[in-house]
Amino acid sequence: MEPSAVDQHVNQPYKYGWSTDIESDLAPKGLNEDTIRLISEKKDEPEWMLEWRLKAYRNWLEMVEPNWANVTYPPIDYQAIHYYAAPKRKDQPKSLDDVDPKLIETFEKLGIPLQEQKRLTGVAVDAVFDSVSVATTFKEELKKHGVIFLPISEAIREHPDLVRQYLGSVVPPNDNYFAALNSAVFTDGSFVYVPKGVRCPLELSTYFRINALSTGQFERTLIIADEGAYVSYLEGCSAPMRDENQLHAAVVELVAHDDAQIKYSTIQNWFPGDEQGQGGIYNFVTKRGRCEGRNSKISWTQVETGSAITWKYPSCILEGDNSIGEFYSVAVTNNRQQADTGTKMIHIGKNTRSTIVSKGISAGKSQNTYRGQVKIMKGAANARNYSQCDSMLIGDQCGAHTFPYIDVRNPTAIMEHEATTSKVGEDQIFYCKQRGIPEEDAVSLIVNGFCKEVFRELPMEFAVEATRLLAVSLEGSVG
Amino acid sequence: MLEVKQLRGGIEGKEILKGIDLSVKPGEVHAIMGPNGSGKSTLAQILAGHPGYEVTGGSATFDGQDLLGMEADERARAGLFLAFQYPVAIRGVTNAYFLQSAVNAKRKERGLEELDTLEFADLIEARLAMLGWDDTLIHRAVNDGLSGGEKKRNEIIQLATLEPRLAILDETDSGLDIDAVQAVAEAVNKLRSAERSFVIVTHYERILKYVTPDHVHVLAGGKVVMSGDMQLALDLEARGYDWITNGVAVG
Repeated sequence: MEPSAVDQHVNQPYKYGWSTDIESDLAPKGLNEDTIRLISEKKDEPEWMLEWRLKAYRNWLEMVEPNWANVTYPPIDYQAIHYYAAPKRKDQPKSLDDVDPKLIETFEKLGIPLQEQKRLTGVAVDAVFDSVSVATTFKEELKKHGVIFLPISEAIREHPDLVRQYLGSVVPPNDNYFAALNSAVFTDGSFVYVPKGVRCPLELSTYFRINALSTGQFERTLIIADEGAYVSYLEGCSAPMRDENQLHAAVVELVAHDDAQIKYSTIQNWFPGDEQGQGGIYNFVTKRGRCEGRNSKISWTQVETGSAITWKYPSCILEGDNSIGEFYSVAVTNNRQQADTGTKMIHIGKNTRSTIVSKGISAGKSQNTYRGQVKIMKGAANARNYSQCDSMLIGDQCGAHTFPYIDVRNPTAIMEHEATTSKVGEDQIFYCKQRGIPEEDAVSLIVNGFCKEVFRELPMEFAVEATRLLAVSLEGSVG
Repeated sequence: MLEVKQLRGGIEGKEILKGIDLSVKPGEVHAIMGPNGSGKSTLAQILAGHPGYEVTGGSATFDGQDLLGMEADERARAGLFLAFQYPVAIRGVTNAYFLQSAVNAKRKERGLEELDTLEFADLIEARLAMLGWDDTLIHRAVNDGLSGGEKKRNEIIQLATLEPRLAILDETDSGLDIDAVQAVAEAVNKLRSAERSFVIVTHYERILKYVTPDHVHVLAGGKVVMSGDMQLALDLEARGYDWITNGVAVG
């Protein structure tokens, strides 16, 4: 797409930094088996789910927080966090009319109208506030097509067999430290099942909002595309400006069967902390997709502008023959943000193909790292990978780092890797200004051009949003 | 239109211009010639407002406005255009989009409605028809992967579209073969008018064979050491710069 929204360049700090004044039902601070029992009880979960959580918790206790990422932060006190926070209410709301108007208002202010008459056309939304889903739109309409789109806590109750079959099948509870933590305490997130041969008629999307103080958000998302199915899903997020760091440790699992396709897009706009690096979200996320079936395809597109720290590697396990994995990423860091993000492409099946396009933009005093692994297993005959990692520096106090790991165990593989580093130079900006384009617009233009290959992968409805976000996030980065 | 008086300036603490005087009236074409290091390109950059250069003395006005007090983009919107010697690449941004942004920045300042993509397409089509050039460059990224000749041609397309009052051509002819020089010259001739002035900065007189200047100035050591008409350019061609610069310190 053309960066058509560049001229909407606005002069404002983090726009979503306000909070909603609402009474919360909070679990006591701290993490132990009782906390987990409480969460499970609140969610009215079956026994097997509780056992699953407890097992993950016991695993987690044995694990050590990873320290290999190119990020630094003071130790996290896991006992100082509320693991459950939900707006107080008497009963489970049966329809949108029962939902606290304050919550509806909150999401409307975030640009996510939930009321029927104001809904975004063509997009079904699951709105998650702290630890609970407050509303899911178009549920009934989707049901007609056999598509299940529910908050995961509801899916555990209503479709236990499906959830049990797939939960943890791509990211096992003991996969890594943060995945284990999430498996123990996850609260809400979305569940999607698209049945055989169905092309999901709407874009599905989940919006995550952290509101309460001293809480962590542990979302869990599970998307399954059965044979020949297609689904496009988008997640968005934001949080109030607070001077404490808040933890967001999510797990997302995708499963694509034969000839199925999943397109997963993220616009990550968690509060990044202030100019001095005070506050902001620690975004420690495990996202992985399994192309289980032949000719299946999983495509990750992410635009990461928020969070104080991002630790995230959306990956694809290309198991089915002829399956395809894609990763398109724009990661922007400004001020004192740190991002260590990239992907893993594990080629197992024959004729599997993967494409990686990563664009890192660093400004201010930030550090931006691409970390990626491409692994071609022995049986993956004729596998192909194309990787392109471009870094752009704005100013001279930021850093860009690239760590590509390549592991090829089959001689028929074809690997291509390209990497560039460029600077938004005085000369580029001067060239634009000499044509009459003001400086801030010039920076937007240059940065948007740099990200073009990724933006064109986003669903239309969100591409404009991404362009605008980028402009805001780089606000004041050129002196 | 452009009045430059005793202009001094340079880059990184080194003074390159040591008192330049230049007066350009509407519709005039001035050629600025001189050997390497004489300050030709520095003059072009300083007039356009490159932030890397500093002005250490003198004055420059454009239509009576204090040019040196304006930001580069303000100068551009006021009608000053610089065709770059080394046009800068901007990946992923098409020339069409870039130019549309530039045209609209100017329109916005004048309180005119911005052109949408279709209206802009009509404008660019008309300008290309005037030049007699096709539109292949328009849909490519700004100077990204273009040949030297294409980059220079692209600068001229921008000039033709932005319709400045004063265009400074910084060695637009250098590195071009004779056909390309001729094409650029033809375009300049089409764009000449009673209101539009040109300052053609060049090392060689060959472009001046096709675009006849009203005035020719020779720069050496950061000063205008001689001014004349086309005959001066022809003399330089025949006798070389040494003929003039002998005895003048080349800085």
